[in-house]
Amino acid sequence: MSESKRKLTKRDLFSMFVRTNFQQASFNYERIHALGFCFDMIPAIRRMYQTKEERAKALERHLAFFNTTPAVCGPVVGVTAAMEEARSDGEPIDDGAINSLKVGMMGPLAGVGDPLIWGTLRPITAALGATFALTGNIFGPILFFLSFNIARLALKWYGLKYGYDAGMNIVRDMASNTLKKLTEGASILGLFIMGVLVTKWTKINVPIVISQTTNQLGQKTTMTVQGILDQLCPGLLALGMTLLMMYLLKKKVSPILLIFALFGFGILGFWLGFLK
Amino acid sequence: MDINVVQIVLIFLFACIAGMGSVLDEFQTHRPLIACTIVGLILGDIRTGIILGGTLELIALGWMNIGAAQSPDSALASIISTILVIIGKQDIQAGIAIALPVAAAGQVLTVFARTITVFFQHAADKAAREVNFHMLEFLHLSALLVQALRVAIPVLLVTIFMNAGSVQHLLSSIPPVVTGGLNVAGGFIVTVGYAMVLNMMGAKYLMPFFFLGFLIASYLNFSLVAFGAVGLIIAFIYIQLNPNYHENQTASAASGQSSTVADDMLED
Repeated sequence: MSESKRKLTKRDLFSMFVRTNFQQASFNYERIHALGFCFDMIPAIRRMYQTKEERAKALERHLAFFNTTPAVCGPVVGVTAAMEEARSDGEPIDDGAINSLKVGMMGPLAGVGDPLIWGTLRPITAALGATFALTGNIFGPILFFLSFNIARLALKWYGLKYGYDAGMNIVRDMASNTLKKLTEGASILGLFIMGVLVTKWTKINVPIVISQTTNQLGQKTTMTVQGILDQLCPGLLALGMTLLMMYLLKKKVSPILLIFALFGFGILGFWLGFLK
Repeated sequence: MDINVVQIVLIFLFACIAGMGSVLDEFQTHRPLIACTIVGLILGDIRTGIILGGTLELIALGWMNIGAAQSPDSALASIISTILVIIGKQDIQAGIAIALPVAAAGQVLTVFARTITVFFQHAADKAAREVNFHMLEFLHLSALLVQALRVAIPVLLVTIFMNAGSVQHLLSSIPPVVTGGLNVAGGFIVTVGYAMVLNMMGAKYLMPFFFLGFLIASYLNFSLVAFGAVGLIIAFIYIQLNPNYHENQTASAASGQSSTVADDMLED
């Protein structure tokens, strides 16, 4: 592929970057982001193809099924633009090659993007914002909004630019260690923080009295189930409940059903007096 | 307190933005932390909005759209619960009790909206054959309106037909054992969200780091920022010491063995 002849202007790339912020606008169950991907590619198609037939073929090519984590769609759009450019220069790249590259990239990228964005970046920035928000501090929502969006926009812009510059080479890069290190490192941070949240922000109290003793000074000591559990390790019930929920979710129980079941459990426990 | 016309218009407009945000999932205007704060601001009680937003955000931590699966809807839940808490002068726990059934209803509505947009997709196929760029752009962006209205219309109905008296009457008719139970459940309902995040990470061999975070936080009283720094350092050390990333330096039989061990762990 010739690196010298770059057809897309900086403005085209910027327009594509703005468009990727609307990636999911026409999200539909038939082809998910298909129209969104085509929408991202319009500036490139306009620039590279002039005849009506070529344009129609290019548009139809990019209305195929597409789905990945929206924050990491940039590299796919960039590489596809680079391939379209090579094709418009007469390189022998057929529809199948472009489509299989898109499909080949969207899977692995979603595999990185989902844990990175939905599993790490958003829960951590949201939890951080929520700590301030719980005291009524406006800094909480602002912190969440800014930190999440700056990281997300940077990923979109540099992902797109990197994808376009690297072209086909990116497929080789994706198999390299850097991406794996990033995912693994982010997963460790995410899991560690989730462990912190489970014990810090879950409140379960079982006030059942086990024994009541009075010492020589006449002071009463009450031993409750919660007291014993806290001596073993604080937050043990929260941990147990989280692991149970993970198990049930894996068994395909719907999350909303679990939420309502826990509500029922809370009402029952409060009524019978074993939860407070 | 009753709502005036300007507030109704502003809430309607924000409901449109949050509805679009819920499908785009980019700027996070549909998340409780943002949505509750803005509705609180419009209604003149931003503090309550922020606190309710923070509380709901923790519950909704694991509500995420993965692939084609839909999560409970935080846009509709955040807006309606904030309106009812502020206008009906309810406490935060009542807000949670309102938010959850609304989130389930919103989930049904968004599934419906994402089915309607299949027609937009088919209209786009036709526009592509005719090389009508503007039509394609119009179809893509106008699909957002479906999502805007699926939040804004229910919100509008609530704001118009609810006044302070009827909200209070409705909420005071809930028996105290239910509100008390909801209060208790509010403390541990977050575990569903945590479990969703943990399952999504899907890295079973890294689970020791989850238990490490749990144990350390159970006994130490750090701020979340400090725990974040500790987590980051642990992640760095793990990556630096992991023999899998040093294969080119020590291309010996030993590293070959360790990588097969790690591969076996990956397959678990």
